[in-house]
Amino acid sequence: MIGDILLSISQGIGLTLYVTFASLIIGGAIGLLLVAGARSPIRIVRAVATLYINVVRVIPPITWLFLIYFGLPQFALRLSTIEAAIVGFSLIASAFMAEIYRSGLLSIPDGQREAAHALGLGSLTTVRHIVTPQAFRVALPAIATYAIGLLKDSALASTIGVHEITYYAQQEARQTHEGLLSFIIAGAFYIIISLIIAVVSRRVDITLRRKIGVA
Amino acid sequence: MDMLNQWLEWLPDMAPGLAVSLQLTGLSLLFGFPLGLLFAVMAEARKFPPLQWISFLFVEIGRGLPALVLLYLLYFSLPDAGITLTSLTTAIIALSWNTGAYASEYFRAGLAAVPLGQKEAAITSGLTGFTGFRLIVLPQALRISTPPLAGLAVLVFQASALAFVIAVPELMSKAYQIASITFEYLSVYILTAVIYGSITLIFLALVRVLEWRLGRHLQRN
Repeated sequence: MIGDILLSISQGIGLTLYVTFASLIIGGAIGLLLVAGARSPIRIVRAVATLYINVVRVIPPITWLFLIYFGLPQFALRLSTIEAAIVGFSLIASAFMAEIYRSGLLSIPDGQREAAHALGLGSLTTVRHIVTPQAFRVALPAIATYAIGLLKDSALASTIGVHEITYYAQQEARQTHEGLLSFIIAGAFYIIISLIIAVVSRRVDITLRRKIGVA
Repeated sequence: MDMLNQWLEWLPDMAPGLAVSLQLTGLSLLFGFPLGLLFAVMAEARKFPPLQWISFLFVEIGRGLPALVLLYLLYFSLPDAGITLTSLTTAIIALSWNTGAYASEYFRAGLAAVPLGQKEAAITSGLTGFTGFRLIVLPQALRISTPPLAGLAVLVFQASALAFVIAVPELMSKAYQIASITFEYLSVYILTAVIYGSITLIFLALVRVLEWRLGRHLQRN
């Protein structure tokens, strides 16, 4: 009995991971543009980036998913459930990642930029070789925490019919009437994946600290 | 203009949903925050390890599980255990648990941030044990934890939209109903997003005011 339910729910792990990490990567890339926009010298660009970040964050994720999955087809833009989930979570992740990058950038002392300037490095070189490596190290724990949050949010994708962990757990609960068992197993999967993300990010963090040579 | 007319037409149907959403949020906070404080105090009880284990278990389940899974877990398992509750009550229990688990971390941080000297001074003044905790440590800890807790309240309002999946008649499910009747999915969900967004903005503005008021004693000099 437990074996059957376990096997059935484990079918969803792949899509849970796919939706989470695809959204994290796409959202992370858009987040970079957003944080660049929010710090841009042009006022209108700054205003648009800030507005985007705030609008995305004040609307609940489930409303975004429904808006994208059910609403967009009216514009003849029909997305599959998985595409809609990835578009929705990437949108949300981009705003949160932009905030994380921003706090990472704020932690870099001005002296670093000034030193780079004094050494004759151009602004692009400074960003690439001086600011980004340090900011990334500062932001890494926050990114890992957000990745775990996004993993848990990805359970929402089941509401628009993506066949991930929660979807299978719900199906098992309805078919076998083992509601408690099904969702305990689903919950255990989420906790195990969270722990793996936490451990891996801790390892990377320690390695980076050693490489850059700061305690 | 067409869209605005539609919105005006739907608003009377959405309003009761919003009331349920706010009720769900309010009750989850009302039960969740004291629960969080209880978990935080239990976690500090070094003399009674079993209390610490119970607190750890409840906090880690409440925080580690997606809120949606917690909601389904209670919704599908309570009736099997012979407990039949309305879907709203189930949602309140699930969200209170979730809120309590997150709040306990903020309360613990607040308790840890009270300087040790305060506790020593309380003991020296004869305010030992629970009296000292209640009169000296707790008020200072609560002031420190208030801003993050207010931020959590905003997140709980957003999480209340999840109750839609277990058929609680809140804002999101009203929107879903209207959308399935009118087929105006885009328009209905944009209106829903606008309602959630504006209420969240009002909450956030209140959080700002609260933070400013609580920080006044630091700004004076």
